[in-house]
Amino acid sequence: MYRIRLHGRGGQGIKTGSRILGSAFFGAGFEVQDAPVYGAERRGASMAAHVRAARSPIRERGVITRPDLVALADETLLQVPAANVLSGVGPDSVLLLHGNGDAETWRARLAFSGTVVVLPAAGEHAEAELGGARCAGAAARLAGVISRQQLMAAIAQELASLGPSATETTTAQALAAYDAVARHAGVLRESRPAAAVAFAAPEWIDLPLESARIAAPDIFAAATSVEMRTGLWRTMRPEIDYAHCNRCAWICSTLCPDSAIRVLADRSPEIDLEHCKGCMICVSVCPPHAIRALPERAARARELAAAP
Amino acid sequence: MRRLLTGNAAAAWGARLARADYVPAFPITPQTEIIELLAQWFDSGELRGRLTLLESEHSMLTAAAAAAATGVRVFTATSSQGLLYAMEMLYTVPGWRAPFVLVNVSRGLASPITLESDHNDVLAARDSGFLQFHCASCQEVVDSVLLAYRLAEDPRVRLPAIVNLDGFHLSFTREPVDLPTAEAAAAFLPPFESHGIGFRASRPVSQAVAVLGGSAYSYFRYETHLAAEQALAAHGAIAAEFAQRFGRPHEAVERYRSDDAEIVFFMIGAFATKAMDAVDRLREAGVAAGLVRPRLLRPYPAADLQRALAGRRAVAVIDQNLSVGKGGVLHGELASVLYGQPDAPLLASYVGGLGGRDISAEEFFQIARELQDAVLAGRVPPPRLLYTAGELRQMRNLQAIAAAPGIAGARA
Repeated sequence: MYRIRLHGRGGQGIKTGSRILGSAFFGAGFEVQDAPVYGAERRGASMAAHVRAARSPIRERGVITRPDLVALADETLLQVPAANVLSGVGPDSVLLLHGNGDAETWRARLAFSGTVVVLPAAGEHAEAELGGARCAGAAARLAGVISRQQLMAAIAQELASLGPSATETTTAQALAAYDAVARHAGVLRESRPAAAVAFAAPEWIDLPLESARIAAPDIFAAATSVEMRTGLWRTMRPEIDYAHCNRCAWICSTLCPDSAIRVLADRSPEIDLEHCKGCMICVSVCPPHAIRALPERAARARELAAAP
Repeated sequence: MRRLLTGNAAAAWGARLARADYVPAFPITPQTEIIELLAQWFDSGELRGRLTLLESEHSMLTAAAAAAATGVRVFTATSSQGLLYAMEMLYTVPGWRAPFVLVNVSRGLASPITLESDHNDVLAARDSGFLQFHCASCQEVVDSVLLAYRLAEDPRVRLPAIVNLDGFHLSFTREPVDLPTAEAAAAFLPPFESHGIGFRASRPVSQAVAVLGGSAYSYFRYETHLAAEQALAAHGAIAAEFAQRFGRPHEAVERYRSDDAEIVFFMIGAFATKAMDAVDRLREAGVAAGLVRPRLLRPYPAADLQRALAGRRAVAVIDQNLSVGKGGVLHGELASVLYGQPDAPLLASYVGGLGGRDISAEEFFQIARELQDAVLAGRVPPPRLLYTAGELRQMRNLQAIAAAPGIAGARA
């Protein structure tokens, strides 16, 4: 069975990517199970989707604890411990990284014992919305059992309701990814399920009875949301052009749904990038159009280049 | 034709193939996709009938049963807190003896509030008078909706039915589903023959009247019970016809490699397929394991379960629910029908999978190991919650962040 986990952010098409990959496997004659994993839906928050494909009916369910392939649409998630991107990987796993850098550097940086394949991130649009489809295209090639035609048919089927333009763009991106990893075709292998001999026994415990003071779902700490760096969810970054800001001192700051814009004493707005989720509402409401939207990746690259 | 469908889409297809006339609806995660699909189909004309959004699940269920009492075919769906919000009517409408199908997408109950699956919601409806089908795959969802209509509408039964599927693990999970054709579905499930249930302005009937005095009350309540019991025999015949038409047997009790098994897993719902996988692995390792899974929970297939488990050495009931102050609900139910039976197995109780918590392959293997030890010792271990030291460590981290009093690392 192929056990594949796709990771990315809400809005990058991870669920769509998992469905494209699932349909492509199904079209290639496999039994398939695909499923997204998310909580309350949030654009930019970490999410994952699972694809299983096998030659016989699939009875495993739920989380894939030992993935054969982890496809990561957004490498910034590696900084988010809760995303658990590398959970359960081993020397036989493949990590498909949609981003920049070379495979050996990533392998060393992540102390990853398996195979790393880097899928260079394409243009800005693709990055924001088509990471999932690009990962699906690349994963199809890494498995080596899905043809271009089967991949294209899967995309046409999954995106039918979105119209020909979306299908065309997605197909182009997925096929580009499919071709970009051609020399790694077949690197992804099926793995066997865990055997019932010499297995690691679960560390079960007897849950102790504890005081109701802590055994009720209460949060005693104040202002804990400050510690949640929702700025990491951003795929687009608002940037204020102070030369054009007319210092109205209230519109962007009032309409920011996350209170991530404060107004300084000189009436200048300041964006708290630690917590701005990148919804771009400020961009759309600013009367003199003094806030523009930048792809987060481009903004970070610029920061890196400017660093001493 | 086989196609990839989520459990939610399979449920909607069930309603479509059953040609539901009326769908009262109210959205709730993880069920909403069902009514979204049905709304699209009513809108496009692919489904003829009417979908109405109500202002709550309580009204939704009332509308469903009231419509059913006029003799039309009704479908509705909810989940978790929604099912509980409708609880007053859930216990009320079976006594109206008007059949319809309610899909419940299982989700754990508050508190704490959550989105992921366990079975406490649908088990709160256990004693309501609704028949209950429990699905383990997306295929079973579409098949069970059709079976549920046949059983609910059977003149000997005439009770509403719940078809239950697990949130996330079925609701949002796509699997290959072999959809019956509209013609084949219609041949199996003909138009609703209401046998006199109906509304005519010229022929007034006062339905669901009040009674005072225990005798009349006892009569009506027990008649409902007798009808539910009768549904067991009716289900056997209906499932046999379904198997003949579609090649898929959906017996009241599924037995997987259990007929010669020494140790048996006993579960309902989607995670039962994980138990099947574990059974295969255990068999490869030389352990005679099996799975017994009731698909029908109401009426309770007591005789089938007694037969399926007679001569087995030990059974692990894995409950994805918790009766607070008692333990696993299915464990108690199974014990009640095995007690005093000749050749009854030892019965161990495990509670796991609460609120969507995974049950790993290794946990199934470990349960099998404990059952083997229990057979040797002649007694079972105490009830166990499937919960690891690692999970408690994570819980401590969360409590520390929450500044829970007395937790090391917690901020003042």
